[in-house]
Amino acid sequence: MRTLAVLSEMGAMFLFLLHGLVNIFTSTKQLRKIVHQMYFIGSKSLLVISLIGIFTGMVLGLQGYYTLVKFGSEGLLGAAVALSLIRELGPVLTAIMVTGRAGSSMAAEIGVMRISDQIDALEVMDINPISYLVSPRFAAAIICFPLLTAVFDVIGIIGGYLTGVALLGINPGIYFYRIESSVNSHDIYEGFLKALLFGVIVATVSCFQGYYTHMRKDGVGPEGVSNATTSAVVMSCVLVLITDYIVTSFLL
Amino acid sequence: MADHNGWDIRMENLVLGYDDTVVLDNISASLPAGKISVILGGSGDGKSTLLRHVLGLKRPMAGKIFLGPHSLFELSSGQFRKVRRRMGVLFQDGALLGSLTLGQNVALPLTEHTKLDAATVESIVQHKLALVGLDKYADYYPNQLSGGMRKRAGLARAIVTDPPILLCDEPTSGLDPINSAQMDKLLLDMKQHFPDMTIIVVSHDLQSLYTIADHVLVLHAGKAVYNGGLEPLRQTTDPYLRQFLDRSAGDMQTPDLRLGQEARDALRAWLDK
Amino acid sequence: MKKYSKETSVGVFVLVCLLCVGYLTIKLGKMEVMGDNTYSVYARFTSITGLRVGADVEVAGVPIGKVASIRLDTEDGRAKVSLAIRKDVTLSDDVIASVKTSGLIGDKYIKLSLGGSPELLGDGDEITETESAVDIEELISKYVFGGV
Repeated sequence: MRTLAVLSEMGAMFLFLLHGLVNIFTSTKQLRKIVHQMYFIGSKSLLVISLIGIFTGMVLGLQGYYTLVKFGSEGLLGAAVALSLIRELGPVLTAIMVTGRAGSSMAAEIGVMRISDQIDALEVMDINPISYLVSPRFAAAIICFPLLTAVFDVIGIIGGYLTGVALLGINPGIYFYRIESSVNSHDIYEGFLKALLFGVIVATVSCFQGYYTHMRKDGVGPEGVSNATTSAVVMSCVLVLITDYIVTSFLL
Repeated sequence: MADHNGWDIRMENLVLGYDDTVVLDNISASLPAGKISVILGGSGDGKSTLLRHVLGLKRPMAGKIFLGPHSLFELSSGQFRKVRRRMGVLFQDGALLGSLTLGQNVALPLTEHTKLDAATVESIVQHKLALVGLDKYADYYPNQLSGGMRKRAGLARAIVTDPPILLCDEPTSGLDPINSAQMDKLLLDMKQHFPDMTIIVVSHDLQSLYTIADHVLVLHAGKAVYNGGLEPLRQTTDPYLRQFLDRSAGDMQTPDLRLGQEARDALRAWLDK
Repeated sequence: MKKYSKETSVGVFVLVCLLCVGYLTIKLGKMEVMGDNTYSVYARFTSITGLRVGADVEVAGVPIGKVASIRLDTEDGRAKVSLAIRKDVTLSDDVIASVKTSGLIGDKYIKLSLGGSPELLGDGDEITETESAVDIEELISKYVFGGV
């Protein structure tokens, strides 16, 4: 019985995703809404992503240096930092950070609209609520996640430079030479593919939880919205990490 | 579009409910065109359920709803959407979109569905906002306004397309007496401005019932217990209706709720500490 | 001061991000943007143990290209390695290609030793003079068991 409920929820979520994706292209009016959502998901996340990126890169530089120096190969630090950022940490940490910032508020905002009849109001005005509320968020997430991941990667590499080169004295030429010689296009595409998938997952889960707040068994009204937000964040993060493992194992 | 001149609403053997629970059983009633009909009932008697079905947000378990010439749940989906565009709805708290200004909220049905130029939309919106006395507030966001203003703005949005049917869910709930009276006045004004408009008001506010109603449908315990004009309702001898209209508690027995001496002493001791 | 609009902010965001994407894909991902600015020559080796696609091709220690592909030539059982060389570097037809190792256990790369012939190699030509990879294990065992 429980398995059946989980299955039907997954099915509902998938249909929700398809519905949302199809409706991205319904009219040119969507463009304004997409830009608005990009402002929210992208522009406003830029600062926090940079902050997380620089510290992640710095700690990678520090840890990597003390591990590599044991083998006398601290020259490989650039490769270690860049590869771990581009293939794993960039997409995953960006996704988790944006889930916390934007995913939670997507779920809460749509949830509040649901319990205050705003979604019903859209429907009786014959405005498709999925196309009006959900599709722009999907499109914006699909555009913003890879972009934010790229920023995270580059800033992380700079962070690694700060500790590895400026602090611990590795030759800067070697640092960048190692990065350029070890990273190839396959790594970059793997990173972007992950970011894209994570964007789809986070946006789908967050909007879905908010949109169906009124169907929740564990609380109505404001309590339902708060539970929906919690589920959105937890479920997004778990699904992101599971997907990360699956994609990595397929692409290695 | 001759058939839009006054749409009445007819319900035939409606059975409404959620999942397995039947809320309203076998309702048949008709609400006249161009009049204000009040749907009256206590809390939990299915007023909101009925409204959600008339709006087409839910499908009935059995029976039919006619809006003018159209049987709502037997239309093709394209037709259904067309009919639904002809309904204006005022939700309980206005249900304005929080991310848009009042003006944008009121303009929403126009900007989403029509290709009218900005100036025309602007003038329609200003006109409707002026009708509800909010023409100076077009650039305010809903959360900057009082509850009464939000409801009035919701009313402006509901009538922006001059719909033949206007449905209001508890327009006076949560409002002070002055705001309630103003809302009643607005609804009467609407009837003046749009003589063909069928106005349905879901309420349990007796004061506004006596002020605005031409026709009354009373729901109780899953049944339609009264469906007719206001005057006969005033004279009714039906015990439930009398109790409702007289705001009488009836034969409800309040149990003896005195707290035991020991507990009272304990509370007093704690308060005095 | 004029308040910056949402659109401007999104524009700046996208610009910053695209710069980063550009750095990653073009500089690190080695995406060819300006069309093909390399030409390819190939060479056959009896053994290229440890050599991978993407390894450097160097002349006098200066990288001038990459290993583009590695195939087994089934006719003579040798490895056929295709090298992508930068267009501004010209190679004479008596150049010697050898598989070398950077450091004791480092990466394999291909070292080209320039010759003096006036004939230049063009796209698709073959480098005839090759030296195969030195198998360190083999060397060590020869030394240990007294083969040298």
